[in-house]
Amino acid sequence: MSFDWQPLLLTLQLATVTTLLLLVIGVPLAWWMASSRSRMKTIAETLVSMPLILPPSVLGFYLLLAFSPQNFIGAFLRDHLDLTLVFSFQGLVLGSLLFSLPFMAQPVQAGFQGLPASLAEASYTLGKSRLHTLFKVLLPNIRPALLAGTVLSFAHTIGEFGVVLMIGGNIPGVTRVASIAIFDEVESLNYAAAHFHAAVLLALSFTILLAVYTINKRFNVARSPL
Amino acid sequence: MIEIDVRKKLHGATGAFTLHAQLRIETGELAALFGESGAGKTTLLRILAGLAVPDEGLVRVDGETWFDSRRRINLPPQKRRIGFVFQDQALFPHLSVRDNLAYALPKNADRRFIDELLELTGLTPLQGRRPDTLSGGQRQRVALARALARRPAVLILDEPLSALDTNTRLQLQDEILRLHRTLGLSTVMVTHDIPEVFKLANRVFILGDGTVTRHGPPPAVFADQRCDGKIRLPAEVLGLENNDVLHTLTVLVGNQILSVVVGKEEVRNLRIGDKVLLLPKVFSPMLVGIH
Repeated sequence: MSFDWQPLLLTLQLATVTTLLLLVIGVPLAWWMASSRSRMKTIAETLVSMPLILPPSVLGFYLLLAFSPQNFIGAFLRDHLDLTLVFSFQGLVLGSLLFSLPFMAQPVQAGFQGLPASLAEASYTLGKSRLHTLFKVLLPNIRPALLAGTVLSFAHTIGEFGVVLMIGGNIPGVTRVASIAIFDEVESLNYAAAHFHAAVLLALSFTILLAVYTINKRFNVARSPL
Repeated sequence: MIEIDVRKKLHGATGAFTLHAQLRIETGELAALFGESGAGKTTLLRILAGLAVPDEGLVRVDGETWFDSRRRINLPPQKRRIGFVFQDQALFPHLSVRDNLAYALPKNADRRFIDELLELTGLTPLQGRRPDTLSGGQRQRVALARALARRPAVLILDEPLSALDTNTRLQLQDEILRLHRTLGLSTVMVTHDIPEVFKLANRVFILGDGTVTRHGPPPAVFADQRCDGKIRLPAEVLGLENNDVLHTLTVLVGNQILSVVVGKEEVRNLRIGDKVLLLPKVFSPMLVGIH
């Protein structure tokens, strides 16, 4: 019997794209939240963390409403940018970005906050810009936090179900990721196929987390904290 | 010349107070800021470095305006020609000693200056080591060398030696003095140590309650208004031995442990760890040179 690998490949593709985008978006955001003293920061922190307690279906539902072509935002995106975010891979990416953002932002923010303030200040007094300081001093010293954020975002995107179902539906090759496929196969009593997807996800999650803990242990042994 | 005349509201341990300080330091001088914790000494250093912003005032160095609240000028630390040695050294943990120094070099600077600095501070044998493998004194040396790599006009030191043992401290004091002179720097340092002030500084500013209460050359400032030839030795009580009439007090004066015989009245409320002043009644010292 041959198994359908497409949902799994789609899952990995979604997780990879989401994680890469989260690095680009989440790291600067975390840096700002770690160093800012503005009142906006508290609001930003709250918004970023919302997906942690919000049922995924709520987020998915509002995204679905917002991006539906009947609505202003959805119509605008379709007419001017030729972008459809409902029942499309791009929509899945956007939903995953929002849903996995706290898993990137929080560890990285904690990493920044764990560094002594004098480290960045020393760099400034040595004539280096904020950006130079970020890349050459701060980021190299929060590598464990970056790793944690990257892996958690990746793993969390793999495990996503509710948001994907709401905004993406179940279109083979487009939005039918592994978690959806499992649900679908169970519904049609096709347990063998469901089992295949489930087992691969189980093994994948275990391997990823095992790798993180192994690497983190090495980090901690090799170098005592600052 | 460094001119500072600033005002800034601070929140100290005892509540809010206003730092209002005026300082003038000539080029080539080594100035010490001295005073109780929380008097605003570190804040003054940070204001000079551009790491803290005063509410109003003026900071000018060699005729160049670094801060002027009226003209809305505030040079960022990057544009001020300073070297800052932090209390916790702030060495970059992921870089070797050499790379810590090289980090500070401007883009097209001559890399040989790093070798020179390493040589000057005796760090050449340690250049490949990471900061966390160094002793406290070595780390402080790296911080000092790194602060100089940008060839600053002003060297700023925030209690650089407070965490070190006496020997290392004395060595590094010599080093600071030597570097200050060889490189023709103007240096401002915060310290809590009177001998250090005497040994290093040409000028001392005493800070209390957010203002400069006294300033001048250390002998003049510390000699006090009551300069009467009597000496006062600050001492810490280490032990107390009770006899019937007389009591033997063991005290620490500087690095020396002394035993003194004192009367019953004087020790009544003393406890181990108390700080006292010894006032020797007869004082005709004999001088012996030490080399």
